[in-house]
Amino acid sequence: MTLTSVPITYTSGEQIEVYRFSIPVTIGVPLLALFLQTFLPRRIFSIFDLPLLVTIFFAMARRNPISGLLTGAAIGLAQDMLGPYPIGIYGIAKTVVGYGASSLGAKLDVENAGARFLVTLGFYLVHAAVYFTVARGMVNMTLNWSWSHGIVAGLANAALGVGLYFLLDNFKQRT
Amino acid sequence: MESVLGRYRNLTILVGVLFLQVLGLAVQVKRSADAENTRLIRIWAVDTITPFERVLVWAQNSGNNLWHNYFYLRGVRAENRQLKEQIEQMRLEQVRLSEDAEQAHRLQSLLAFKEQTIAKTVPAQVIGSSGSDLSRSIYIDKGSNDGVGLDMAVITAGGIVGKVLRVYPSTALVLMINDQTSGVGVMLEKSRLQGVLRGTANGTVVLERVMSDEQVMPGETVLSSGGDQIFPKGLPVGTVTKVSPGREMFLNIQVKPAADLSRLEEVLVITEKQEQNPVAETAGRVRAADILAQRLPSVPDKPAVDAATSVASGNKVVAPASATSSGAKSLAPIQSTAKPETNQHGVTPSVAKVPSSSTATAPGGTKAVSTGGAQVVPADAPSAASQTPKKTAPKAAASEPTLNSDSANAAGAITAPPAPKATPTQPKPTVPQPNPQPPATEDDPH
Repeated sequence: MTLTSVPITYTSGEQIEVYRFSIPVTIGVPLLALFLQTFLPRRIFSIFDLPLLVTIFFAMARRNPISGLLTGAAIGLAQDMLGPYPIGIYGIAKTVVGYGASSLGAKLDVENAGARFLVTLGFYLVHAAVYFTVARGMVNMTLNWSWSHGIVAGLANAALGVGLYFLLDNFKQRT
Repeated sequence: MESVLGRYRNLTILVGVLFLQVLGLAVQVKRSADAENTRLIRIWAVDTITPFERVLVWAQNSGNNLWHNYFYLRGVRAENRQLKEQIEQMRLEQVRLSEDAEQAHRLQSLLAFKEQTIAKTVPAQVIGSSGSDLSRSIYIDKGSNDGVGLDMAVITAGGIVGKVLRVYPSTALVLMINDQTSGVGVMLEKSRLQGVLRGTANGTVVLERVMSDEQVMPGETVLSSGGDQIFPKGLPVGTVTKVSPGREMFLNIQVKPAADLSRLEEVLVITEKQEQNPVAETAGRVRAADILAQRLPSVPDKPAVDAATSVASGNKVVAPASATSSGAKSLAPIQSTAKPETNQHGVTPSVAKVPSSSTATAPGGTKAVSTGGAQVVPADAPSAASQTPKKTAPKAAASEPTLNSDSANAAGAITAPPAPKATPTQPKPTVPQPNPQPPATEDDPH
């Protein structure tokens, strides 16, 4: 990580800090998220998307769009490999989310809980929308969108995300 | 050009990464239309994750077993008693159902229908899921090394679970029936209406393609129809929970899966199905009467001497319930002796030996006891009562009540009334059966 800070363009000359992570955390946390997602009981945890939350966290913390989109692509493709559908659906969705989250992180202060909650909820819906678009448009899968399920899952993920982000904040390293 | 790329560097890389993934997807979609092969990269990913899952599942099961086997024994006796009662009821139900099934088999064999049966299954343990709310699939700990193949049906004792979508050497990915891309050919148990079962976005299961003018009631059982060539016909799928008008001309039928798909631990993979002509089974079946006779209270065993005394005094024999395989006896006058034989149920009936009386093998390999006045024949020999006595003790045969097996078995043990003409002081001579009757068959009306 060479960037140390980026300016907040819409306000003053205030700087937002850019963080980096150690290699074990960079590799281990996404892998752990993937592992927990496949292993934890389906009744409770199927509604959560831990890899997505990890993608959003890393992207927002690094505030670098390229890093964010690559992280998203890697995590998404790994998730695809474990799933039943063609490889790339989650990859594309999480690439978009990684890029968006890091771009947003570079412009907004997303350190407080409220902002994190809203950002996570928004990106969950973006992720679902991209996923459905690709799945239906490219792979021709017969998926149906449920607004109620999408909103509930988005709120649940946002709530979990706020807690998870504070936990992962401990691994942040200042540049 | 360079300045443009430099200016929009992030966006360019985003488009490039997306393009590569879209290209990869297109290749997969094209290939999957030709032939479904498991990508090597998937195998690597699964092989990386599943060993850890196996270890964790093993540790979890070990902990559970330790708890259940050593610490959690409270209430086991009560549960055991309750389960035994349940087994009794299920046995009776099973007998009734087997009668129906045999009748169906006979009819199907008459019509030369083919039926599909489960020939071989492989038990497997669930070790993980696909890790997504948007797809519903599970990993099991059996793969191609264990005989698991593509499109094999996966079931539990409760009902169907899904089908094998991808196979790895030691694991397999199972697409569950509540996944949105899954489809199962099903039918309603009572109305026999057929439809397609599909998953929805929120994980529920709906029955599609049932016309809105059909009558479907909540609570009706849904079975597999066998039309998808994956699940054998007749497996439980679920229960109708809600029926409402759907889009176009179809009903919107919600179904609760019979198997608890969110709490799966062990499943069975049907690795081999057999298609055969149904054969009506004629041997070795258990009759409801036999079950009843075993379960209903009966007169306790009596010593042989007591039995002889009772014969001598009152021409009456109380047949002990344990004296025969079925626990119940009909009455028939036979006066001959023969070696024990295995009856048509494959069981050697034991006979209470009574002094001053003789035993005989009744037609069908069953045994009778001559008691001077009242004789006892196991329920397996229905024709003995009406045929054998004519040559040995015609008077007794004509006058004594011969119980059919159903009523005899229902009573458990029968106390026969004394024969009016045969007396213990004038025993008939023992005469071997000169011309034994042919064995009783299942066609005998009892």
